[in-house]
Amino acid sequence: MAHALFQTQDLTKTYTSNNVEVHALRGVSLELFSGELTVLLGPSGSGKSTFLNILGGLDTPSAGSVCFDGAEIAGYSERQLTRYRRERVGFVFQFYNLIPSLNAYENVALVTEISKEPMDPAEALALVGLEKRARHFPAEMSGGEQQRVAIARAIAKRPQVLLCDEPTGALDSRTGALVLEALQRTNRELGTTTVVITHNASIRELANRVFTFKDGQVGSAEINKAPKQAGEVTW
Amino acid sequence: MIGALDKKVLRDLRRLWPQVLAIGLVMACGVMTLLMASGSYRSLRETQLVYYDQYRFADVFAKVVRAPNVLLPQMREIAGVAAVEGRISTGAILEMEGMSEPASGVAVSLPAGADASVNKLYVREGRLPQAHSTNEVAIDHRFAVAHGLRMGDHFSAIIHGRRVTLEVTGLVLSPEFIYAIGPSDLVPDARRFGVLFLSHHALEGLVDLEGAFNDAAIRLSRGACVPCVMRQVDLLLRDYGGTGAFGRTDQTSHAFLDSELTQLEGMARILPPVFLLVAAYLVNMILSRMIALEREQIGLLKACGYTSWQVAGHYAKLVLAIALLGSLLGSVAGNWVGRGLTQMYSAYFSFPFLVFKQSPDLYVLAIGVCSGAALAGAGRAIFKAAQLPPAVAMRAPVPERFRGVLSLRAKQGGLSKLSVMGLRHLLHHPVRAAMTMVGIAFAASLAVTALSMVGSLDYMVELALYRAERADARLQLVEDQRGDVLHEIARLPAVRKVEAYRNEPVVYRANGKVKRGSITGKPLGAQLSRTLGVDKLPMALPAAGLILPTRLAGFLGVVPGQLVEVAFTRFGGRTRELRVAGVSSSFVGIAGVMRLDALHRAVGEGERLNDVAVMADPLALDALYSEIKQTPGLGGIALQSLSRRKFRANMDQNMGTMISAYFLVAMIVAFGVVYNSFRIQLSERGRELASLRVLGFSSAEVFQVMLVEMGVIVVLSLPLGWLLGFGFAAMVVKGIESDLFALPLVVNADAYAYAALVIIASSLLCGGVIWRRVARLDLIATLKARE
Repeated sequence: MAHALFQTQDLTKTYTSNNVEVHALRGVSLELFSGELTVLLGPSGSGKSTFLNILGGLDTPSAGSVCFDGAEIAGYSERQLTRYRRERVGFVFQFYNLIPSLNAYENVALVTEISKEPMDPAEALALVGLEKRARHFPAEMSGGEQQRVAIARAIAKRPQVLLCDEPTGALDSRTGALVLEALQRTNRELGTTTVVITHNASIRELANRVFTFKDGQVGSAEINKAPKQAGEVTW
Repeated sequence: MIGALDKKVLRDLRRLWPQVLAIGLVMACGVMTLLMASGSYRSLRETQLVYYDQYRFADVFAKVVRAPNVLLPQMREIAGVAAVEGRISTGAILEMEGMSEPASGVAVSLPAGADASVNKLYVREGRLPQAHSTNEVAIDHRFAVAHGLRMGDHFSAIIHGRRVTLEVTGLVLSPEFIYAIGPSDLVPDARRFGVLFLSHHALEGLVDLEGAFNDAAIRLSRGACVPCVMRQVDLLLRDYGGTGAFGRTDQTSHAFLDSELTQLEGMARILPPVFLLVAAYLVNMILSRMIALEREQIGLLKACGYTSWQVAGHYAKLVLAIALLGSLLGSVAGNWVGRGLTQMYSAYFSFPFLVFKQSPDLYVLAIGVCSGAALAGAGRAIFKAAQLPPAVAMRAPVPERFRGVLSLRAKQGGLSKLSVMGLRHLLHHPVRAAMTMVGIAFAASLAVTALSMVGSLDYMVELALYRAERADARLQLVEDQRGDVLHEIARLPAVRKVEAYRNEPVVYRANGKVKRGSITGKPLGAQLSRTLGVDKLPMALPAAGLILPTRLAGFLGVVPGQLVEVAFTRFGGRTRELRVAGVSSSFVGIAGVMRLDALHRAVGEGERLNDVAVMADPLALDALYSEIKQTPGLGGIALQSLSRRKFRANMDQNMGTMISAYFLVAMIVAFGVVYNSFRIQLSERGRELASLRVLGFSSAEVFQVMLVEMGVIVVLSLPLGWLLGFGFAAMVVKGIESDLFALPLVVNADAYAYAALVIIASSLLCGGVIWRRVARLDLIATLKARE
């Protein structure tokens, strides 16, 4: 039985903007298991991105606890968070966020240079099927290719967890399928715990576990005994 | 009611305030220099013109040994002459209370009766001496202030070897002595040099010139032919020891004032355009970026029905607001500094009044050129905004295409990926990088220029006042003496060494060029007044022939071996052809040098000495001074050791102010350029930098990417700045050069080092400000945003 890599307890996040309090998270308690692919569903403003950002150390909770592999990260300092992101977490965003002045290989190498036991950048690119595009700059690649470079960059350091915020949000379904395939493959072959945020309910069929967010809380949780392959899903 | 778009202008200005302020300050520097230099120039020039006109400043001057007064009506007959005053002027040694060393001065006679028709005095207090008084004196106001002299006070003077006690009746200013400088002095010293005005009656008795004059001041009518009048005057005075008429350009006070004014005018012409150019570039930089960021807004405006002109007008307003800010700041600062500068000048130049010329046109011009510069800088960006079709504007811009430069090096492990990012970004915008470099280089050049002035002046002082002229005092003799004068002076207390020279006023002619100057005859092996060669080392004087200062040789177009025609003006313009035996480095005056015996031979009037250099025991100077005050036969005295000290003190004060001002301006420019570059970088690369933070890079590592780019630009800009600074310094030195004065061009290593320090310090300061922004980057917001 896989162990719980993340455990959150009564996780709350409140933003104050112009003297108005916005409750992004209202006591989220859940567990994410090692090696699983988890999908977080929910409409805009339901709190799933805030939740992901807290898991990834990009944001801190207002209250509650977040345990990562037994360690409480909610109270981490800026320096500890930087180190946590550097060593443990891989991110994939909707808009890829590649460095335009570095080519695909260099974008991946950027991360492997600061990691302890990274894979070879070429190997990471091969995992997402882009070994032939290594010398291309972001401006010379399609959106799907750029997103796959972003995935290669995220997994190259062999993170324990891969956090993906709307990874297919900016892509058409055919390209999106390629990206999902890459995510599924790294999850399967490397055993990286993967969390994917999406609006797209069809993607739930790929996950081992699905949480649906609503108004800053977890509305429902379901376990998928037989996840589908990326190629089998359409939207 | 402010329209919605105008509200956007105001909010944009508020949002971008640090960048707007940085650009405004650079513009303000331009406006300030324009107003300061042009404003002071106009005020001083106007003051000069009004003063000259109201107080009838002479156009032509002539010195003569002794000319009978009957010549004066003949001079007035010369075509073009409006008025002539035949005066007596002579050197004086002054005994002032509370001063052990003697002061020196010039005594000038006043016409009997009516106001002087030429060189009228401005009576500040009291009255002029009465026509038949023998002991009344009107004194230069500055001298009176320096000694606390009031009406009715007395002091003693040795005039033409005769001691007289004079009573002060008036404090005056003269257009002839706006810049009053003592013999051998490099800057005016009101304590040690004074101008005395006595009745003609009193002076003719003291100087043995009854019924005669030795100095003519001539005022010309409008449109008169100056050289023609000078020729006629020379003809009239030739048989009476006339030393040659000269115009205002050779009159010391006028020449100093004019050279100062010319420098101000040059400053007004050169500096402001450069500041405005830098400001225009900065405007270009921020506006281009702003328009790139606001593509969607521009698209939206157009989609809503705004015309291209309205969009262009919107951005033009923003730019004009920056220009207005710059002009306002610059106007206030310029007015303030300009008044300070004018007042500083009035400490050197003595005017009875200052005509503060209000120059509204300058303010209009300042606003105009600032707006012009800002619009020129923004032109391309505004045009692009106006041209952007709404549909295109609403789409995200095409990602920037980078080239694979540096791949190889990076692969070889020479550079980290972060450095590669910085360098590629730099190479991706080569024009922008080059312009930023030029902006910073300009800032560095200002610091180099300011410091080079210190180096140049220091070196000039070292050469002129220490290496060449080493005497403690120079004594001018009333009448030519033979060599035995040396023995008399050597007997004076405290005197350790004495040398006697001969100074002859001459007119040089060669290759159609004419220059008034002098020749100094020095004994073989002279030690107290040495002649320095072009290698700045003391040179041995040749047995025959003339050594000319390089400036004079250059002006006359002669090289060693060639002949120069020399007219000895004290001897009826007796002309000799002398061979140029060499050239020397000389930075003060334009005196040729010969061996004493060779000069005696050339003039052909036997041995005549009129100038004595003394080296004295510094501990027994008071005894020497008191003896000098009693010594008849001395026409004037120059205390060189005090001149050195005075010059040094003066320099320290003025240079300190000047350097601080230049450094401040250099820092403002460097800060403005670097800060804006950083902000643009941060704006363009915010997403990239946030990505790095997300990937696990620390703030410091992320900041390194920005530092690499800026660091390369700053480092490369330094040599360019040094070069520019050297060029500016050379221009300044060239601009200062006159017959009175020249500066060697010296840019010491410390000038370059300090300039680099100023730039690096400003850049680090900017870095600190930007670092805080990098540390506060909002990772989530930046990453969520679509580019």
